[in-house]
Amino acid sequence: MLAMSDTFRNSLDLLYLLAAVLFIFGLKMLSQVKTARRGNLISSVGMLLAVITTLLLIQQNQLISLIWIVVAIAIGTIAGLLLAFKTPMTGMPQMVAMLNGFGGLASMLVACGDYFTKTGLGLVPEEPWHFALAVGLTVLVGSVTFTGSMIAFGKLQGLKITPGQPVLFRGQKPLNALLLVICAIFVIWLTVEPPAWATIPVIAVIALALGILLVIPIGGADMPVVICLLNSYSGIAGAFAGFVLHNMCLIITGSLVGASGLILTNIMCKAMNRSLGNVLFGGVGFEAAGAGATTSEKGTVRTFTIDDAVITFESASRVMVVPGYGMAVAQAQHVVREMADKLQQRGIVVNYAIHPVAGRMPGHMNVLLAEANVPYEQLLDLDPANAEFEQADVALVIGANDVTNPAARHDKASPIYGMPILDVDKARTIIVIKRSLNPGFAGVENELYFDPKCAMLFGDAKKVVTELSKQLGES
Amino acid sequence: MDPFVTSIVVFVLAIFIGFEVISRVPVLLHTPLTSGSNAISGITIVGALLAAYSTSAALGDHAQLAGTILGFLAIIFATINVVGGYVVTDRMLKMFKSERGQKGR
Repeated sequence: MLAMSDTFRNSLDLLYLLAAVLFIFGLKMLSQVKTARRGNLISSVGMLLAVITTLLLIQQNQLISLIWIVVAIAIGTIAGLLLAFKTPMTGMPQMVAMLNGFGGLASMLVACGDYFTKTGLGLVPEEPWHFALAVGLTVLVGSVTFTGSMIAFGKLQGLKITPGQPVLFRGQKPLNALLLVICAIFVIWLTVEPPAWATIPVIAVIALALGILLVIPIGGADMPVVICLLNSYSGIAGAFAGFVLHNMCLIITGSLVGASGLILTNIMCKAMNRSLGNVLFGGVGFEAAGAGATTSEKGTVRTFTIDDAVITFESASRVMVVPGYGMAVAQAQHVVREMADKLQQRGIVVNYAIHPVAGRMPGHMNVLLAEANVPYEQLLDLDPANAEFEQADVALVIGANDVTNPAARHDKASPIYGMPILDVDKARTIIVIKRSLNPGFAGVENELYFDPKCAMLFGDAKKVVTELSKQLGES
Repeated sequence: MDPFVTSIVVFVLAIFIGFEVISRVPVLLHTPLTSGSNAISGITIVGALLAAYSTSAALGDHAQLAGTILGFLAIIFATINVVGGYVVTDRMLKMFKSERGQKGR
């Protein structure tokens, strides 16, 4: 940096280090229930510290007016607050995808901006090869993060231009590989022969296209994995931007997020018993596979009326609720809680069985039920839930499908074979609330529905549960 | 040590810390953790500030102008990422209540 005393510069670097330490503590605390909220607060203090430190660093240079920076921060803050407060809890997956994309875009813009400035100042000949390499990589990863996240946003939001089911076409994989190779060639060119500034827009355009192409073949049900992975990418893009600017704080924090995002990605993949490669390139979209459903004759399906269900509940003492994406779509979390209250008033024990990949983002169901004021002790993870099912009198499945399919345990031909599932079929009676047997959920047929212990309660999750709740209150 | 080598060392070590910090996470916290770490990835705001600053010196030059505009946009997007991410994570975590906490209400 410019004329600045070494002591001052050193103390700023130490402040950056402090900020990084706060992020580490924040993340650690964020992974435990009791300390999570404080952890998030600590990490936000770290962010504030990092920003203030940077402002101190900049204002040492008297050349600039801070006004534009203040304006930009103000615009970003207002937009961020609006998004954070206006988005309903059911819209969280889209929200996270969008914010993530913005992070990637910012990193990419940083790298471009810095490169243009330094070339403009004629500094590039003095910049070593690794500066140009870092610029190229930041633009590459940042762009992929940006468009990839925007496609994920569109799919989660249900926009028409980004269909939820996998978009596949011939030669897709070779095309992606080709684009990646071209991108790599341009990055190398930029590295060995600067200032080839014209290569930057080329890298950006190809990488933006690549981000779109990489996410369109991924089905809606696989979005939890994609969100985690893109989150990891945005961290890596930030770390690369740190290499561009020689800023340790960016490098540490970016790689921290990059690594923790990969861990979460891995957890999600394990929960589906699929490799990351299979999720990214398999083109499987469990629930979103679309038409072509064949309701093969595997047996008869029993149907229940609301009254039948109420009678079943009346003789029960332990009930397990199994929520899925269908509950989120119907926004039924509040009525589910009301119904559970009615059951509890009758002395019935109610717990919720939550599969790690239920919904459209990691832990989606937990957030929705927490919004409806369900105490988190009642939200059981896969293993504790499966230990409970044997004692449960009724398992009430609301909008969950693949995560309850017993075929995953024994049918080697099934695409979901090997995926850890909720052992709903161990319960004495199973009631499934579902719109209909046939449409949409075609990719994999659920054996559960043909189980003699299972009864279907057809209808919209919210309407059915409201009606159940009403009847349980009366009788 | 060459600053570049130092950077590489820090980069590699930080990745290991990242792997260690999040080893056992309850499913309950997957969403807040995703959005919380997403907010942290908004650290690129530091980069955006630095990029915007180094450009404002002499606006006459085209490259300078391009740099400034890119930096300005980068600050906006990074700030949305940071502010939106932290606030929404807090909003979610606020909702998690334990059974004991509810009786207290």
